Amino acid sequence: MTGQRLRRFALQAVLAAGLALLLWQLVAITAANMHERGIHSGFGFLREPAGFAIGESLLPFDSADSTWWALMAGLANTLRVALPAIFVSTVLGTLLGLGRLSPNLLLSGLCKAYVEALRNVPLLLQLLAWYFVVSDLLPVANAALEVAPHLFLSKSGLSLPWFGGQAGAWFDLPLQGEMAVTGGAALTPEYLALLLGLSLYSAAYVAETVRAGIQSVPRGQSEAALALGLSRVQGFRLVLWPQALRSIIPPLTNQHLSLTKNASLAVAIGYPDLVSIANTTLNQTGRAAECITLIMAVYLIISLLAAWASAWLERRTGRWTRHS
Amino acid sequence: MSKLSELPQWLRRNFFADLWSGLTTLLLVAGLCYCLPGLIEWLLLKAVFKPDAEACAAMDHAGACWGVVAEKYRFILFGRYPHAEQWRPLAATLLLLLVIFASGLRLIKRGVLLAAWALVLPAFFLLMGGGLLGLAPVDSDQWGGLPLTLLLSTMAMLLAFPLAVLVALARQQSGLPLLSGLCALYVELVRGVPLISVLFLASFLLPMILPQGLSIDVLLRVLAGIVLFAAAYLSETLRGGLQAVPAGQHDAAAALGLSRWQAMRWIVLPQAIRAVIPSIANSAISIFKDTSLVTVVSLYELTGSLSLALSGDAQWRSYYLEGYLFIALIYWLGCYSMSRVGSSLERRLAMDFR
Repeated sequence: MTGQRLRRFALQAVLAAGLALLLWQLVAITAANMHERGIHSGFGFLREPAGFAIGESLLPFDSADSTWWALMAGLANTLRVALPAIFVSTVLGTLLGLGRLSPNLLLSGLCKAYVEALRNVPLLLQLLAWYFVVSDLLPVANAALEVAPHLFLSKSGLSLPWFGGQAGAWFDLPLQGEMAVTGGAALTPEYLALLLGLSLYSAAYVAETVRAGIQSVPRGQSEAALALGLSRVQGFRLVLWPQALRSIIPPLTNQHLSLTKNASLAVAIGYPDLVSIANTTLNQTGRAAECITLIMAVYLIISLLAAWASAWLERRTGRWTRHS
Repeated sequence: MSKLSELPQWLRRNFFADLWSGLTTLLLVAGLCYCLPGLIEWLLLKAVFKPDAEACAAMDHAGACWGVVAEKYRFILFGRYPHAEQWRPLAATLLLLLVIFASGLRLIKRGVLLAAWALVLPAFFLLMGGGLLGLAPVDSDQWGGLPLTLLLSTMAMLLAFPLAVLVALARQQSGLPLLSGLCALYVELVRGVPLISVLFLASFLLPMILPQGLSIDVLLRVLAGIVLFAAAYLSETLRGGLQAVPAGQHDAAAALGLSRWQAMRWIVLPQAIRAVIPSIANSAISIFKDTSLVTVVSLYELTGSLSLALSGDAQWRSYYLEGYLFIALIYWLGCYSMSRVGSSLERRLAMDFR
């Protein structure tokens, strides 16, 4: 026993020594390489002016603002697309998942077709396709498509009514102008394509999660509910769904997290999210290590927060199902 | 539904079981009647199939311009590979597909299969890279399209799987806290960040931490990035499988006089892997889809080569959608057949077990 313990200790010591040597070598080589190429290191560049403009930003941003602020604007843009997409994909995905379990073959078949079609094509491809459809195939801004009253769709994006506007008015309604649609709030084609692509793709996965969750509830439960005299809807709402929720929530949070990570594909269609702004910064300053570290750190923090939220939610639903 | 006379009953049960089911059916049929004709018209009836840019322009998007595929398919499928040599990527792709299919469908015995892989992989690189047997050398930055997609996803899966097994074992069974802690750190780090950031790391940062003079081809660097990324997810899957193996199996193996490694190799791992076959198939599908991201770091696989084919050509530039649909079909076929293979493998192994 002591012999084995000694062996383990020796193995770990060798491992630690090897790792330390490797790290030291890597740092030395990197330092030498950077010295040779005249690259400086450090996060000082974050305080310097960014020097580039951002296409759209939730936070007020000007190219004279600091790089740090540019990255914050990027993070805000990431959340600005990820949070609505999480909402839409959850609602749509839940409906699709329920639809797949419908006894109506046409409905379940269509839902299945949706899931199989969207899950089996890379998200990047779907985003590029949506972006092309919005920015190339839609009519130009001076002949915008009015899909609903005061809802204009064109190459330059979607204009929709928004709060505020002229003094005294509740809503600011977009109107078709001579050159473009004026008034209201406008969503850019990049934002629209990303929101649409992320939501529709993720909904397919949410649908599968919801379906698996409901199917994981033993059949006896729904039969017992019927035997108790509950209607099918009541049985579903009071017996099946609360139990299904317990096995749905953990994979669902994972799916939301992967949606947030997938929002980084914004870089391919030019939506200024955190990753595309970090990429621009990287190209302008050459600070590859720092920029990549920043991206990874932010996403790791988001992942940790999500893991936390998920654990909290699990505890809560656990308690809830036990009591009711 | 065995007899035609049962058709009305079957229809009633599945489409008009009650009021809600009936209403749903009617609503969906109405929706399909509204959408389908226009879709069929665009996809087929008004579509232009000849590579005729003027006919496409005359149609003005009222019908699909499949001519863009007819005109550009070689560029889309093989990227910038020299035109006269394109039989080589074609042959390489077919060879690789053949051996992948043979493995998936289990057409040949395991020994033969291993030999086939050992032959086909070098043959693939020989055909693509050339430089031997009178084949003109083609630099790897000219590789593109479907062969690149296949190469990246196959190699990533082949390399990530053993790495994932090692990491999962190190975390679960090594009994070395330092090693299992490091492996846990690696897995959680990688799973917490998007693939794009790992690809950036591989393409921008890796050259920086390598000694001078030792430069690795960007293709290999990106492959390394995908392998590291995929292995983290796979190892988490396998760890779940390892946990699913009852402790009694370890004890029984030890009682039979097997060493720890023998027990692992012959008793525990096979059961662990069998338990998570569906997740492994899903990982393979994810890797295949994720290879599309390498276009962001300027490797022109299927998605990238399409942009390359169309962006510079004013005549065909407005038919991206048709091009996207074409490669979406290729990806779809790949993913769908992989998921089929996954579920048939699952059924088959479940049967073996009994």
